[in-house]
Amino acid sequence: MKIDIQDHILVPTHEIMTEDEIADEFSDVEYDFKDLPKIRSEDPVVKAIGAKPGDVLRITRESQTAGVFVTYRIVED
Amino acid sequence: MDDVITKINDTIIEINDAENLNIDFPDSYIEDLAKAYIQKDLTDDELRKLIIKLKNAYDRAHVEAGEAVGTVAAQSVGEPGTQMTMRTFHYAGVTELNVTLGLPRLIEIVDARKEIATPTMDIYFDEERRDDEEFVRTLANKIGKSTINDILSDFNLNYGTMEVEAILDSKKIEEKRLDREEINAIIGKTFKKAVINNDEIVIPSGKTDSKEPKFEIRELRLLADKVRDLQISGIKGIGKVIIRRDDEWIIHTEGSNLKEILDMEGIDHVRTTTNNIHEIGEVLGIEAARQSIINEAQNTLSEQGLSVDVRHIMLVADIMTSEGVVKSIGRHGISGEKSSVLARAAFEETGKHLLRASIRGEVDDLTGIIENIIIGQPIPLGTGSVGVKMDYKNE
Repeated sequence: MKIDIQDHILVPTHEIMTEDEIADEFSDVEYDFKDLPKIRSEDPVVKAIGAKPGDVLRITRESQTAGVFVTYRIVED
Repeated sequence: MDDVITKINDTIIEINDAENLNIDFPDSYIEDLAKAYIQKDLTDDELRKLIIKLKNAYDRAHVEAGEAVGTVAAQSVGEPGTQMTMRTFHYAGVTELNVTLGLPRLIEIVDARKEIATPTMDIYFDEERRDDEEFVRTLANKIGKSTINDILSDFNLNYGTMEVEAILDSKKIEEKRLDREEINAIIGKTFKKAVINNDEIVIPSGKTDSKEPKFEIRELRLLADKVRDLQISGIKGIGKVIIRRDDEWIIHTEGSNLKEILDMEGIDHVRTTTNNIHEIGEVLGIEAARQSIINEAQNTLSEQGLSVDVRHIMLVADIMTSEGVVKSIGRHGISGEKSSVLARAAFEETGKHLLRASIRGEVDDLTGIIENIIIGQPIPLGTGSVGVKMDYKNE
């Protein structure tokens, strides 16, 4: 049986960002979005959502301190 | 509740426009505001005042630019660590199950050990099977390790015929909800010469034609041990299981195999977890591993009656997982991979780092704290993190 690991409580929502979203989100920051925290291309969630190396993922975590917290990771080659 | 949240969001926008502020609260603050609004039955004017007061408190609570958050986190986790038990205590929480606690466990977490001392799993069941005791017990025996020894009623070594005679106990097999056919198949596969006759199993020793009688007895005894230890059920990596009932049935295991357990029918795929962070990283991904580091570290600390702000632990977890794999804090992980040679040399293995850097011709940009302390410059921290830049064009 194949299970969907994205349902697991430990796994936050991962979404692939479009080029426009990337440009919009990282236009006014002082760092290059290529320096974002990494996620391996063999990561089970990356495989599950079909992201490719170079894609930026928007990760929406449930946070104990902020309620909802949005962060980003870049898929490593 | 939802209307109140909308109302509060609207009020915030209104205040932002009127007072030319830039209030942007996290979702949890809005929820808390909504709760206060309902509970205290605030008027609109009071709500407005509350929001502005909260905004001031929120701004004060923000970390200043240039604050040494890493050092503060290290001290905040390190100091309570000195009060923790040094020894591994047994039998805490779950009866009969041995779990590493206290300082050894915390060290295990930040060292990102691949092999942890006491891996355990908490297995939950899906909604239909949550209260089905029969199903839970059957599954527990399928998961947990059983050997022939657990289902024996009699076991003899026959030195005359050089055979091992094992008599199985039907009651025990039934109690453990094992399948007779499967057991026979496993025995037949492992011991090709075995003769199975209902409960009675006779296995002749391999070297009946050997001329050394002493050697034969040794062979027979070795065979006897092999028969006793033959595993007839269980999942790889899992030993003892403990079935418990709180609000629902839960299985706790000694040992862990998240991948195979999650693939089983009837298991809750949402809540079933392990305490092995590397395993979570492999099966559920790096983000799940990050969350697991936070949960495990916080549980370890709070079990000892220590409270450390989660934000410190979150910072540690963020750093440990920022490269996509779980890395340890320390020589083999984060501290060993700093870009500055001087910083690495100041930490551990000074000679090794200086020698390698000189061979490779490494350059130190002196951007960090340690490097600048070594050479006696102001450190880039707090007020020292501000510099002056010349605008050459206006010369």
